[in-house]
Amino acid sequence: MTSRSPWLTLRVRRLPFSVRIDRRVPPVLALALLAMLTAMVINIGVGEYPIAPIDVVRTVLGLPTGNEDYSFIVNILRLPRMLVSALVGLALGVAGAIMQGLTRNPLADPGILGISAGAGLVAVTLIVVVRDVPAAVLPLASFGGAAALAALIYMLAWRGGDSPIRLILVGIGLGAVCSALTSLMITFGDVYDVQRALIWLTGSVYGRSWEQFWPLLPWVAVFVPLALLLARDLNAFNLGEEIARGLGIPVTMRRGLLLLTAVALAGASVATAGAIGFVGLIAPHLARRLVGPDHSGLLPTAGVLGALLVVAADLLGRTLFAPIELPAGLITAAVGAPFFITLLWQQRKG
Amino acid sequence: MVSRTISRQTPVIGLARSPLMLLLGLVVCAALLALALIASIAFGAADIAPIDVWSALVSYDSTSSEHLIIWTLRLPRAVAAAMVGAALAVAGALMQGLTRNPLADPGILGIETGAALGVIAAVFFLKISSLTLYALFAFAGAALTACAVYLLGALGRAGPTPLKITIAGAALTALLSSLSTGMLIFNQRTLEELRFWLAGSVAGRDLGLLLQAGPYMGFGLLLALALGRQITTLSLGDDIAKGLGQRTGWVKALSAIATVLLAGTAVAVAGPIGFIGLVIPHTVRFLVGQDYRWILPYALLVGALFLVLSDIAARLVVRPAELPVGIMTALIGGPCFVYLVRWRVKR
Repeated sequence: MTSRSPWLTLRVRRLPFSVRIDRRVPPVLALALLAMLTAMVINIGVGEYPIAPIDVVRTVLGLPTGNEDYSFIVNILRLPRMLVSALVGLALGVAGAIMQGLTRNPLADPGILGISAGAGLVAVTLIVVVRDVPAAVLPLASFGGAAALAALIYMLAWRGGDSPIRLILVGIGLGAVCSALTSLMITFGDVYDVQRALIWLTGSVYGRSWEQFWPLLPWVAVFVPLALLLARDLNAFNLGEEIARGLGIPVTMRRGLLLLTAVALAGASVATAGAIGFVGLIAPHLARRLVGPDHSGLLPTAGVLGALLVVAADLLGRTLFAPIELPAGLITAAVGAPFFITLLWQQRKG
Repeated sequence: MVSRTISRQTPVIGLARSPLMLLLGLVVCAALLALALIASIAFGAADIAPIDVWSALVSYDSTSSEHLIIWTLRLPRAVAAAMVGAALAVAGALMQGLTRNPLADPGILGIETGAALGVIAAVFFLKISSLTLYALFAFAGAALTACAVYLLGALGRAGPTPLKITIAGAALTALLSSLSTGMLIFNQRTLEELRFWLAGSVAGRDLGLLLQAGPYMGFGLLLALALGRQITTLSLGDDIAKGLGQRTGWVKALSAIATVLLAGTAVAVAGPIGFIGLVIPHTVRFLVGQDYRWILPYALLVGALFLVLSDIAARLVVRPAELPVGIMTALIGGPCFVYLVRWRVKR
């Protein structure tokens, strides 16, 4: 057994294509997916109108259940919210893993590119200052805020070339300015508006429907596969910039592409569900502890764990103090941190 | 593995820095700080001539209302700003040296979140409302959280490695801040009561509070300055420090204690003022290089100077109302910092 390689290699015979992943990846991925699906089914089942898990599965698969109400409740009301949670978590987990891989900094998350600061500033301004904003405007505007701030940070950090450390530091500076403006509004705004703004800043998937799902899907469908394609470059970056360059990687271009991917994923999720914190930071760490540092396995694991975190957080948020709902962004840390601390505890021999 | 390379990326600049120049710089900073303190005492709703400030300080006249204003309002405020700024900047420098992470600040040990949670929980459950009691709960929350983070980061045979402390801190911080936000979302009274405190301010602090916090802060500062040489060694990496014969466990524990004393009392006095602990150490490093024997005293003076100036600005921009200084620091400091980064960070 000891001689067994820790790697699994998948080759396609006819195409010049192969992937090498850590042997731990498939079981971890399968378990996480299973846990996420279970959480989804339970989450769809609970509520004002409880539905048995078996009926939930049958309804989703389109099988007859003997109760025509189920189809409306499950497919129209509750399912899209679950799918949105999963996509948001997936996007945040992958974006976080990219940021940590690129900057080689364990504290990095999409936040250092100003995603949550930019989106937060725009959203809080709309909620507190402009006040009566149509619900459809908020996601677009906050995505714009996130993208604009990320672009500004990248431009200001550009000085005859890019540099991860300048990016981090400029991100700190501009992020601080934006959060200061945000807390200015929180300090002086009307207290009812401020409470709404706080909920947005915490992040929540409350009331999300197919209308939010369809705009989010293309971002995830395009940029997650792109991230997986770029996973090998992330491995090279992790060895150091000189080594990456020595391996023949066009460093500036690939780094720009990876940053763009992270911004697109995190920006789309922030626009959909508000600034759900912690997932982008901790899902990659969890994944690294479970499947090791190779990014071909790390990125998908971080994504699925992120999805699991958000779905589980939403389930807890809905059931803990029912009928009061806690925003999912409030619970992600409460679910994730103890899990993470247990992992640290179990691996304390290392 | 992820954090190891950060220290090498910290910017290096090519100014000639002789000890004499550095000493001269310290004197200049101290002089600027003195001027800023006098200006901070003189500016306000009622402007007081600098000469009167001087006479109030050296020969207090209890019949003069100006002297009364100076001793009960202006002086405590100016001193609070200087103390808090110095403490936060030094604590931040310690944390960046200890974790070798440019994103680290006293918040890494969970100090600000712990303090905020302490105060929010006190208001939420006990319904207290007094700045002195806030200070007590803030310090208790900060100290407890910092201990928890440190212990969690020290799990395992390798002891407290920077990476473990950093991510343990990040995880615990997120957990606690979600608890805080929860209480704020569900209890409007707590939100109303605390939102000004949560933005950070040095207004209305009386001398009694400062005198209580002073000894802890002073001890923390002395401890930090005494550790300068050890931190410089440690910032080269654990292995190198150990190879040079340093007992790294002790140095880390002592710097953590100093950080808790400094940042904990600072938060207790002024609420969570961000930015200074993160940015002033970077700024100072641009100026004086990598030697913590110089970084720490410079951080002390520059941090104090920056917070005193920000506090003056916070009072002047929307006269007669004022902004929380924690907001002002980022508004002034952010753009300056971005400029510095573009100017100084070559690679």
